Amino acid sequence: MSTDTRVRARGAFRWRPDQQWEAYLFLVPSFLGFFVFVVLAVLMSLGISFSDWGLTGWKAFVGLRNYQALLRDPVFWQTASNTVFYIVTIVPLQLLIGLAMALALNQAIRGRIFYRLVYFMPVVTTIVAGAIVFRLLLSTNGPLNELLGNAAGLLGIPFSAPNWLGSSDYSKWAVVILTLWKNAGFTMVVYLAALQGVPQELYDAANTDGAGPWQRFWNVTLPLISPTTFFLLVLQLIGAFQLFTEPFVMTRGGPANSSLSVVQYIYLTAFRDIRMDKASAMAWFLFIFIFAFTLLQNRLQQRWVYYESE
Amino acid sequence: MSQNSAVQPQQQLRLPARLALQVALLLGALLMLTPFLVMLVVSLLPTQAFLARDFAPSGFSLANYFATFEQVPFLRYYLNSTIVTVSVTLLQILIASLAAFAFARLRFRGRETLFLFYLATLMIPFPVTLIPNFLIVKSLGWYDTLWALIVPSLFSVFSTFLLRQYYRGIPIDLDEAARMDGASSLRIWAQVIVPLSGPVLATLAIFVFQGTWNEFLWPLVATTSENMRTIPVGLAAFVGQYSTAWGQLMAGSVIALLPVLIIYVLGQNWFVKGITLSGMGGR
Repeated sequence: MSTDTRVRARGAFRWRPDQQWEAYLFLVPSFLGFFVFVVLAVLMSLGISFSDWGLTGWKAFVGLRNYQALLRDPVFWQTASNTVFYIVTIVPLQLLIGLAMALALNQAIRGRIFYRLVYFMPVVTTIVAGAIVFRLLLSTNGPLNELLGNAAGLLGIPFSAPNWLGSSDYSKWAVVILTLWKNAGFTMVVYLAALQGVPQELYDAANTDGAGPWQRFWNVTLPLISPTTFFLLVLQLIGAFQLFTEPFVMTRGGPANSSLSVVQYIYLTAFRDIRMDKASAMAWFLFIFIFAFTLLQNRLQQRWVYYESE
Repeated sequence: MSQNSAVQPQQQLRLPARLALQVALLLGALLMLTPFLVMLVVSLLPTQAFLARDFAPSGFSLANYFATFEQVPFLRYYLNSTIVTVSVTLLQILIASLAAFAFARLRFRGRETLFLFYLATLMIPFPVTLIPNFLIVKSLGWYDTLWALIVPSLFSVFSTFLLRQYYRGIPIDLDEAARMDGASSLRIWAQVIVPLSGPVLATLAIFVFQGTWNEFLWPLVATTSENMRTIPVGLAAFVGQYSTAWGQLMAGSVIALLPVLIIYVLGQNWFVKGITLSGMGGR
């Protein structure tokens, strides 16, 4: 006992020789996986991105050539701009819809459990199945267009059915709609947990000061859940950067690459064109962008995220 | 009152506001459910009947399901998905739990450095490791086998991190008392720490289960033969072949979704906890 207390008193980082080898044994399986599929993989990826690496494997070291080739590739720029479109639509819309759902479910209202069950259901579904259904819902003479047509007819507005999946004007929106349906419930659940953590006393105090519902929302709720908003923002941005399955199944990236995402292009470059080198370079571009954006958000958070301890 | 405020919703709204909210929530529920309902209805109708919007009850049958099972080896996909998901869930949590125990409860040289190194890799997006992992799996001779689907997913920084955070919260005195009684570390892990972490293990299990069952990109890359496909990959290949055979596509989707949805409805609280746990992990 006395040795234990002494070790503890010296601080948590004091290592114990008798636990040294034991600890390594506990870590072996994990470290093997970490070393091969993460550390080695990252190093390989970096190496491949600086090499000439196609169908037959490694040929030569080529420096920055793959990166330069990418910058001259119009399809890469197209996918980059598509991905930006996905980010600026999906991220804010998902935050808004999720927050609205969470606010509604945070009221004393009948059927909350049922609504939560239903709103969260798409989150657990296989995205491929969701994409298949949305292909049907959004097909040119499918249910959505029929509904829109009827609504327009009632209002006397001329209506031409949008070709959601087959025209470059709408294909990205089709992907956005599917993604929102699939992920809004996730945002809702995280927000709901945050809303339930806002102490009632603060609302009571705001009421005493004569604050209306809007003021309570702007001045109490929103600042107190801002750490959650920040967390969701980071998470969704990373997710939107890496959109793959949704456009892959919904539109195959088409028509004419109009809905092709960066990760989809990485996949096609690596496994259809067998240009591992160019695909790896693209993956590193993606990494750099995600990293930069996350850093930027971390910087900006001081301006708008409210932490209670401060 | 104030003690309950953390779990209680805000005060009662007035009746008109409550009604309006109820209507909005119902509309929202309808919106979220429509894809599932359409999936079910179309799967039970001949495609022609659906295209003609003929919903007469006499047209409903399970014909699409039989046809789908005949054309697509869904049972094989199920088997693959089940083997992969169960092994990944159990082994990933076992491996993460052992590592988390070392990180949280043992004092060894290099502990903090190694852990920081683990954490730093959380930033690396999946596409970066996708191509090298494909090459590694291929050179190990695992391409297009169950090994390729299972082994690379057995290690997870996220699971390790989550369990380590939880294990750190368990009083260290328990370990020390057990050591005094002559228990080895392995015994402490198995008989002190693991029994105390039931809820977090269950939550993590559901989280990993759902993620692995629905995983798409890696099984797409790591397999090529029909016999090795998991459910999402098999379903996507089915769309590629029969892009407008709506009846059968929907039947396939229902078949693919049913197990997850049943598990979800039965254990919805665990799912929600899993999400909140992952979401609030850093707070």
